[in-house]
Amino acid sequence: MSKRKPYVRELPIDWWLKNAFYTKYMIREGSSLFITLYSLILAWGVFRLSQGEAAFNAWMAALHHPFSIILHLIALALALYHTVTWFSLAPKAIALWIKGKRLPDKFIIAGHYGAFVVVSIFCLIIITL
Amino acid sequence: MNASTITIDILRYRPEMDEKPFTQSYEVPYSADLSVLESLQYIKDHLDSTVSFRWSCRMAICGSCGMMVNGVPKLGCKVFLRDYYPKKVTLAPLANFPIERDLVVVMDDFIDKLESVKPYLIPEKEKDLATGPHQQTPLQMEKFKQFSMCINCGLCYAACPQYALDKKFTGPAALALLARYNRDSRDNGEAERMKIVNQEEGVWGCTFVGYCSVVCPKDVDPAAAIQLLKVDSSKDYLIGMFKPD
Ligand code: SF4
Ligand code: FES
Repeated sequence: MSKRKPYVRELPIDWWLKNAFYTKYMIREGSSLFITLYSLILAWGVFRLSQGEAAFNAWMAALHHPFSIILHLIALALALYHTVTWFSLAPKAIALWIKGKRLPDKFIIAGHYGAFVVVSIFCLIIITL
Repeated sequence: MNASTITIDILRYRPEMDEKPFTQSYEVPYSADLSVLESLQYIKDHLDSTVSFRWSCRMAICGSCGMMVNGVPKLGCKVFLRDYYPKKVTLAPLANFPIERDLVVVMDDFIDKLESVKPYLIPEKEKDLATGPHQQTPLQMEKFKQFSMCINCGLCYAACPQYALDKKFTGPAALALLARYNRDSRDNGEAERMKIVNQEEGVWGCTFVGYCSVVCPKDVDPAAAIQLLKVDSSKDYLIGMFKPD
């Protein structure tokens, strides 16, 4: 009779805390929670705007609450973290071959930052005009 | 010379007598050029002949000696005691695989996955042997070569939390192998393989943790293979919307 009895280990619930690489990954994924919150607050503002000036001003005043400022600072930090880590991963999804050589990663990453700057300036112009 | 030693903890499991794995410590004479695999061989030869582990080539090419070294998937023959000394070294069987005995894991699921991706050339039409080999330029080979360097060690599966959470996920090495054939100019099997790629258990089971590519001892970069396949899969989907077959 076979003595085989393969043992299956359980995945501990805190698996993502046991290795810095996994923790960073979870922060990247977790950033979406705060970015969702940020978008909801923004959408709420648009909704308040549709209700007239008083409603919109009340929404603006609420944004000055320290709690709101802290929330936005966290969202900003996480959004930047997500952007930086995501851009550094971008070359993995892009295989561009030019004259028989694969375009080096640093060009793809630089391209992403370039586009990021251009789009940001464009948005700033729209907002301030 | 004052002989110093290093402590090696091994997660042991003997199916015929143990209910669950337990840790056993060994003291091994330290030398800077001793690999973890050699230290296991020392233990087996001099301290405890019952310890089980797999190995063959001792030069990072057979892919047999994968294990968790201080929690990180490594090839035992490619990692050295000097990387840890004077701290102790903790060895465990590869994560995410069932333990067969001590450091030996059951790899059947991994092998099945490698087989499932049709890892062979599917030419457009059978060629007569007399017409000679399929020709390929160095550039055409370059496009898939990296993904063909896999030694089937399974380290990437031990590194993949998505595989840990859902064993149905095709996983890094098998998808890299799939990409290797899809990108081969002599192959015409892409349409067949895209069915595997497009599934939830295919590339979309990957959330781009990226640790597989960090632990891979052969720089296969399976994470890149999967992301490239995601691009292919998206294209496939868009084309399918306009041109259903
Ligand atoms: S892709 Fe790398 S880590 Fe995964 S099985 Fe192949 S050689 Fe090992
Ligand atoms: S013994 Fe062959 S890869 Fe380590």
